[in-house]
Amino acid sequence: MLDETATPLVQVSNLKMYFPIYSGVMRLRSGEVKAVDGVSFDIYRGETLGLVGESGCGKSTVGRALLRLYDPTGGSVVIDGEDIATLSAKALRKKRPTMQMVFQDPQASLNPRMTLAAIISEPLVEHTDWTAERRLERVFELMDAVGLNRAFANRFPHEFSGGQRQRIGIARALALNPKFIVCDEPIAALDVSIQAQVVNLLEDLQAKLGLTYLFISHDLSMVRHIADRVAVMYLGRIAELSPRDALFSNPLHPYAEALLSAVNEPDPNRARRPRIILKGDVPSPANPPQGCNFCTRCPKAFARCHVEKPALREVEPGRQVACFLYEPTNPAGSTGSAEATEHLQHGVSQ
Amino acid sequence: MPDGAAPVLDVRGLKTVFRTRRGEVHAVNTVSFHLERGELLGVVGESGSGKSVTMMSLIGLLPSPPAEIRQGQVMLGDQDLLKISADALRDVRGAKVGFVFQDPMTSLNPVFNVGFQIMEPLRRHMGLSKAEATDRAVELLELVGIPDARKRLGDYPHQFSGGMRQRVMIAIALACDPDVLIADEPTTALDVTIQAQILELVKELRQKLGMAIIWITHDLGVIAGIADRVMVMYGGQVVEQAPVKELFGNPQHPYTRALLKTIPSLTGARAERLQVIEGQPPILTAEPTACSFRARCPHAFARCGTENPARRAIGSGSVGHGHDVACHWTPEVAHA
Repeated sequence: MLDETATPLVQVSNLKMYFPIYSGVMRLRSGEVKAVDGVSFDIYRGETLGLVGESGCGKSTVGRALLRLYDPTGGSVVIDGEDIATLSAKALRKKRPTMQMVFQDPQASLNPRMTLAAIISEPLVEHTDWTAERRLERVFELMDAVGLNRAFANRFPHEFSGGQRQRIGIARALALNPKFIVCDEPIAALDVSIQAQVVNLLEDLQAKLGLTYLFISHDLSMVRHIADRVAVMYLGRIAELSPRDALFSNPLHPYAEALLSAVNEPDPNRARRPRIILKGDVPSPANPPQGCNFCTRCPKAFARCHVEKPALREVEPGRQVACFLYEPTNPAGSTGSAEATEHLQHGVSQ
Repeated sequence: MPDGAAPVLDVRGLKTVFRTRRGEVHAVNTVSFHLERGELLGVVGESGSGKSVTMMSLIGLLPSPPAEIRQGQVMLGDQDLLKISADALRDVRGAKVGFVFQDPMTSLNPVFNVGFQIMEPLRRHMGLSKAEATDRAVELLELVGIPDARKRLGDYPHQFSGGMRQRVMIAIALACDPDVLIADEPTTALDVTIQAQILELVKELRQKLGMAIIWITHDLGVIAGIADRVMVMYGGQVVEQAPVKELFGNPQHPYTRALLKTIPSLTGARAERLQVIEGQPPILTAEPTACSFRARCPHAFARCGTENPARRAIGSGSVGHGHDVACHWTPEVAHA
């Protein structure tokens, strides 16, 4: 890691995204879905931050709010020195080329009536004053970069397989030389053998172009492969944010622990960590539980968890956890497991 | 796994073809397998490998036209399911063979309450009265772990979460004590923590009820955790079949090997780069006359282009029992 990695490219602080609920005959505002409720994190230059969680936890909303595809309810998103959340429409438009997105479903995110060349050059038409020839040249360049045959330039999206369509989506995202790309479940709709191709492509492009990724996924083993640091979200909040190896070898937050234990290791001959089966379902974000969002399913919850929301704080260098088990002032010794206590003491000694 | 006893289900030489305007698609090509009593057979393959079509062919769930079952024999006990009438087949479905589909959102009828949907097969197949069926439905919902079962019978599918809906689907499939349960990607649409709940439930139910299960999935992790025996499908054919530990420990087919390598592991060493299987899955417009994996296979040689490999046994045992693979390549070929 070089010196320039020391300043974060993306700084998110206390990001909130609430969606209103209207009900009754008058369609009055009766409440709100707190899809993202006070999320803070940094992404360093050239880094891949993995964002994992179950469906409905708000991870895609974070990704979209980050690029201001939604207008955030509160908080700030500073990308390369400018606060995206409050930028005027005109200034935001100028800013767009630096930040792009790769969407989950390559079938739905490509216009079926446009040729591949038209799709990839559309951002160029919007943001540059290049001639048609120069644009086409750039399209060919991009197609080479993502491994699409130049001869396909005049074909339509339906003529391509899922993996190839995702390559088109990536080429489009790269067209304007962005610094930061949000990859929203880019491999979820693909077959296993094709997933690896796309992930390798993303890694190659990162190495070549110095890109910074926010990689949103529910596939933990793939996140372990691609991410440098990983944020685990639960019900609109970050439960744990840790470097990859630390998280996967020793998850601190009880939710991160349960999530990792639920993943099926593709090898019956290998010993696996004991599985923690969580009871019940994720509560509705329109009506989150009082206290810690995870307290209704947490195997280690105690009285305080049902009253107060734990804040995300650093418990070990580089590791942030939102859990009272790791509060230095908390007498958690009697409530947490032996393992939790051990971390607690570790945290205190820092 | 009991040995020697006759299998519950025995499929031989099944061929299913779709007739489309652009010609035929040979989705299932001479697939043979059997299912022992109380066994869990995992079926793995990518989308388009023919795994779902195979299972749907067995119990006549494919619309015809365009689907046409060209050949084969599907013995459930001493009945050939491909030969019996549509009416007789209707008695088999739901009663002897239960089916759980991938998407619990779309496979339940939104306009009927779940009580009605669970009771439907009970009344149709077992001739239970309304009161008896209600009691049995409550029993089933409790069996699959839905709290407050009697109250929830009147609820509609949208009032349940995804995991709960899948439990309702399983309850319906189990209603008439089927001999065989076919589960087509039952956990794919669910989150990992909910998937873990459903897998535990299925393991528990197997011990309690002792039925045989066919579990279709593309997730090798799920298979590793739950199956007794695994069948790998590619291009509408069975390319490898083995007990689960043998398959993961000693994969023979180049496709199986590549598939196992492409998945990053959660534990163990982290690879710098993921292994990839180059190329695309085949399009099955004609009956295969060559190995359908040859274009992506690192070991392909002349014979692969001229002859579709038949399944051959590995080690002791015969095809279908023990370990078998459909591949021409052997270490001897490499040295020749």
